[in-house]
Amino acid sequence: MANTATHDHAHDDHDHKPHGLKRWLYATNHKDIGTMYLVFACVMFFLGGAMALVIRAELFQPGLQFVDPGFYNSMTTMHALLMIFGAVMPAWTGLANWMVPMQVGAPDMALPRLNNFSFWLLPFAFTLLLLTLFVPGGAPAGGWTLYPPLSLQAGDSFPLTIFAIHLMGISSILGAINVVVTILNMRAPGMGLLNMPLFCWTWLITAYLLIAVMPVLAGAVTMLLTDHFFGTAFFTASGGGDPVMFQHIFWFFGHPEVYILILPAFGVVSEIIPTFSRKPLFGYESMVYATASIAFLSFIVWAHHMFTVGMPLAGQLFFMLSTMLIAVPTGVKVFNWCATMWKGSISFETPMLFAIAFLFLFTIGGFSGLMLAIVPADFQYHDSYFVVAHFHYVLVPGSVFAIMAGVYYWLPKWTGRMYNEKVGKIHFWLSTIGVNVLFFPQHFLGLAGMPRRIPDYSTQFADWNMVSSIGAFLFGFSQLLFVYVIWNAVRSGEKAVDRPWEGAHGLEWELPTPAPYHSWDTPPPQAVIAKGSMH
Amino acid sequence: MKRHLSHALTTAFAILGGLAPLAAHAEWGNLNMPVGVTELSKEIHSLHMTIFWWCVAIGVFVFGWMIWSLVAFRKSQGAKPDTTMVHNTKAEIIWTVIPVFILVIMAIPAARTLIAIEDTRNTEISIKATGHQWKWQYEYLGEDVSFFSQLERASDEARQLNSGIDPTTVPDYLLNVDKPLVVPEDTKVRMLLTANDVIHAWWVPAFGMKKDAIPGNVNELWFKVEKGKTGIYRGQCAELCGRDHGFMPVVVKVVTKDEYKAWIAAQKSAANPAATESTAEPAADAAPTVAALPAVPKG
Repeated sequence: MANTATHDHAHDDHDHKPHGLKRWLYATNHKDIGTMYLVFACVMFFLGGAMALVIRAELFQPGLQFVDPGFYNSMTTMHALLMIFGAVMPAWTGLANWMVPMQVGAPDMALPRLNNFSFWLLPFAFTLLLLTLFVPGGAPAGGWTLYPPLSLQAGDSFPLTIFAIHLMGISSILGAINVVVTILNMRAPGMGLLNMPLFCWTWLITAYLLIAVMPVLAGAVTMLLTDHFFGTAFFTASGGGDPVMFQHIFWFFGHPEVYILILPAFGVVSEIIPTFSRKPLFGYESMVYATASIAFLSFIVWAHHMFTVGMPLAGQLFFMLSTMLIAVPTGVKVFNWCATMWKGSISFETPMLFAIAFLFLFTIGGFSGLMLAIVPADFQYHDSYFVVAHFHYVLVPGSVFAIMAGVYYWLPKWTGRMYNEKVGKIHFWLSTIGVNVLFFPQHFLGLAGMPRRIPDYSTQFADWNMVSSIGAFLFGFSQLLFVYVIWNAVRSGEKAVDRPWEGAHGLEWELPTPAPYHSWDTPPPQAVIAKGSMH
Repeated sequence: MKRHLSHALTTAFAILGGLAPLAAHAEWGNLNMPVGVTELSKEIHSLHMTIFWWCVAIGVFVFGWMIWSLVAFRKSQGAKPDTTMVHNTKAEIIWTVIPVFILVIMAIPAARTLIAIEDTRNTEISIKATGHQWKWQYEYLGEDVSFFSQLERASDEARQLNSGIDPTTVPDYLLNVDKPLVVPEDTKVRMLLTANDVIHAWWVPAFGMKKDAIPGNVNELWFKVEKGKTGIYRGQCAELCGRDHGFMPVVVKVVTKDEYKAWIAAQKSAANPAATESTAEPAADAAPTVAALPAVPKG
């Protein structure tokens, strides 16, 4: 792989890598970059989580005990931006970096230098964003959705936020291009698209979504920028603009974005459930088509985020029906996972536990999503804690649990060492109990009439808020165990074998453990591809 | 064993209770959407319950299937995998088509209610509500009655950071205003919603509805409180509108038609001699925008 280490290292052997800081700064290796993405995501997860704990601490009791309402709004806004753009998205890109070349039989990502650039944009983007906590006027406080006119009232944080979002967007687009090019051009000879593992498929579709919608977000925030500084009036009513137009543009990005966060999770779960059921994935092709249908539908449902802005009746009906349709391919996926476990031989290692929790809890999030699609009922649910409960159910025990499941699942292959199964299981149970104590009562709060994004509430909401906050602290602190398990495995875990899970199929398991620095130096032979492919 | 468990539970709740001086005001029963006091809110509630029970039914099936698999096909119990089971067109068609049917069954009543919600014909009273950071302004169209409605003082004092005031001692903490909107029962009231600065949303859960108040736009919403359901109904701004978004309640006092007539007449006579009433704000948290507001038109 002469192209992965060039300038001052002319001599080039297989496992050669630069040492120290240079290895990371100049990284072009998919594994190094994947690791950096995952570590970065983890740091952001804890920062965003700390902000969530500020929120839940303030909501522990009625009355304001800890923070000013303006700062509280900054916390909700920053929590969302950090978790979405800083934790979940980079974690998926990190997993894609690690796994896609290994799974398609490639030595590395197709565009290693671009890969380096797309990662290194992120620390700068988030440094800018976090700096806003210290500028006059405080961090952005208008919600991560940045609705004008409120977002235009921000202080000095405004241009920093917009610039940070642009950087994140560029990073995502470049990362997505890399995944697309790798999957389409670097598959081992003989590996057809429909031989790929589901994780590659869901990521391929996710990458197209990213390329389609990140420029839309960039456009929307640029229009905000010119409204603020250059006297345009795209979204300013007094100048002939329309604040609702922003919401349409934003959610045209925002809804596909939701699937960007969840589709790779479908991929990971579709890898893990067959492995621990010791049975091939049921309905592989319908899984691929269902993923593609969900991606397509994601472009025609955006206005269900804004049923209360006052749309024409026909518009509301259209968006209600298209939204309800999403339940069909999503249902197909859930049924296929169930059918995969049916007549299997199931064991319950930590990755499987997280995948099972995903199955149950994501389905609960799907149910509340179906309820939210019913427009008249949405007039009650909208902007209440019911919505908060809904999207946290699909994002936390959905995306985040799938990320953790993936990390536990592939960690032995990455590091050559096993994690401590016992601690992993404790982490699982604490997380699962914590997440339900945290988010389930929020359904009640929302239905009883508590609006979201408020720092203080009427005393009738006190009890369930307190329960929710207790769950938040339990969930939050349990995540320290996750870091401990990984640290412990890397430092002193038992040596892992090439195929630590007996039911695991896929090219990554045909590589030695730990996986070599350049995954597949020579394409895997047909027999190995056939062995890895399960259908 | 059982006694042990119940003892442990009691202890756990006692600990929770110790954490919560508020447990005395227990509202553990607030689990569901209120039924409401308008025809529409009842329809919405029944839609909510219908879709909820559908979800429960699907949940029983799906979770039952999952749990069954997890229990019956445990490797530890010697389960052998059936690796030939990879695909079944018939099953896949069934679980695509049945959900479509369920969705159609749900969509029909939802569409019917939605059409009723959008039908703003034959309204008897029109009130324009303008959202300001952070108060509502109500104008009774054609009546020359207009006033602001904002968080009343006891709540406002208690909600300050470390105020030292226990919110449970404040009646209707955060859900009380200095001057509520007054509407008659059994009357189709149309709210025209707009905003002066940023987007707000007007929400009274008992009326079943919320809608955004957007600068430069006028949105409509109607409600007709059933006869005999007079009383005070409370809600809040439901769209993030800045620092004091959480402190912008909506309070509606529903009175009989006669009381309403008397109230409107009293408002008019009170407004005429002194035009200051509606702009005399409790200064505590007055937004800077208030000074710039156009004077409320007086007859």
